[in-house]
Amino acid sequence: MSAQNTPTRQGGFFPRDRTWQPDALTPSYKTSVKRSPQAALLSFPTTLSEETAPLFGHGLLGKLDNDLIHNFAKAGESAIGPRIIVHGRVLDENGRGVPDALLEVWQANAGGRYRHKKESYLAPLDPNFGGCGRAITGEDGSYELATIQPGPYPWPNGPNDWRPAHIHFSIFGHSFAQRLITQMYFEGDPHIKLCPIVGVLKSQDAVDALTAPLDMNRTVPMDSRAFKFDIVLRGRRQSYFENRPEGL
Amino acid sequence: MAQKLNYLRESPSQTGGPYVHIGCTPNFTGIGMYGGDLGTSMKTGPVQGTEISIKGTVFDGTGTPLRDAMIEIWQPDAAGLFPSANETRGTADPHFTGWGRSPGDMETGEFTFETVKPGAVPFPDGRMQAPHINAWIVARGINVGLHTRIYFEDEAEANVTDPILTRIEHQNRIPTLLAKPEGVGSYRFDIHLQGPLETIFFDM
Repeated sequence: MSAQNTPTRQGGFFPRDRTWQPDALTPSYKTSVKRSPQAALLSFPTTLSEETAPLFGHGLLGKLDNDLIHNFAKAGESAIGPRIIVHGRVLDENGRGVPDALLEVWQANAGGRYRHKKESYLAPLDPNFGGCGRAITGEDGSYELATIQPGPYPWPNGPNDWRPAHIHFSIFGHSFAQRLITQMYFEGDPHIKLCPIVGVLKSQDAVDALTAPLDMNRTVPMDSRAFKFDIVLRGRRQSYFENRPEGL
Repeated sequence: MAQKLNYLRESPSQTGGPYVHIGCTPNFTGIGMYGGDLGTSMKTGPVQGTEISIKGTVFDGTGTPLRDAMIEIWQPDAAGLFPSANETRGTADPHFTGWGRSPGDMETGEFTFETVKPGAVPFPDGRMQAPHINAWIVARGINVGLHTRIYFEDEAEANVTDPILTRIEHQNRIPTLLAKPEGVGSYRFDIHLQGPLETIFFDM
């Protein structure tokens, strides 16, 4: 990107596309019924309060933070399950990599069990698996995690609902307006099309956007398979033209 | 056919689910990680301005408190400057992070933030906004994280000229955006996801 073509002033954020993002009220996902606002959201252009955010430096990270196979394991031991690498880039809607984005992930173990006192699924805990990790993106927006493939699990919604295998992602970009939590699914999982939480997505394109393909080029032979998962955060207007004082 | 615009689409949001705390505040759930949870303290030393605490509870449409929510707040320092890499107007208080994250109390769901009263920051057109704190709420059953703002009931003079508050059609809902004083330096800001007291949520 040449400096000459880079506007010195960034404008507000592109509005969130509510025709693409899930609605708040999605009755098939029962918990949303009493937790969804009923009044219309109040729309305003972003201001400084939404266009800024804390910066999480790479100094924050410990050596094993992005290695869920080992970050909770006893010395010399490792988590049980199919070893995988999850990698990709955090981009904005303009297609630019977002450096220094904080990714926090959490997931069930290989048997589909979370390490949480409210979790009651009969699958056992893995003493060497905590289920969380984090990474900060590099200059090009790239990140990489090592983990085990989580198992599908049943959950109380309908009489027999199962979640597809998934990894939760919390993403902190450069602005509070970009704050996002989402989930990554695995290519080919037959539970994807049955899941009421996946079902809140409004199109197959939206489901595909959260489904990570197997990436044989990034596998480590005789060690780990790899899945590629790119994440897109809201983009910012680039313009030399200032807001007119009376404009909104 | 016209040229392709070639913008990417924002990743679709999904609920944080019942275990958002495992990922974002693992130590709170008993998983010892990272040497502590992020966002538990907004002060790293003596801060400028008026120190305040804000307590509140997130309620669902039946009036039941949420105990699986995560609330994040983001605000400027007492002078109205953000501790952000893209703050260009000056340098914020070096002992203030501006960002807090709370999983709420394990039993009651009540969240508490120990922070400072924010200074005012301008709207894009240059008018000053009333002092406010941005808040973001995620939980099981919330498909897209909810943005709102915490204004202050005791900033009545600034609130009546705030560019956003003054444009709200249903002025009788503005109290849902006001933190109410509960003694010296202490405020309450409850969040109602639904119902007659439903908090105003923003699409910004």
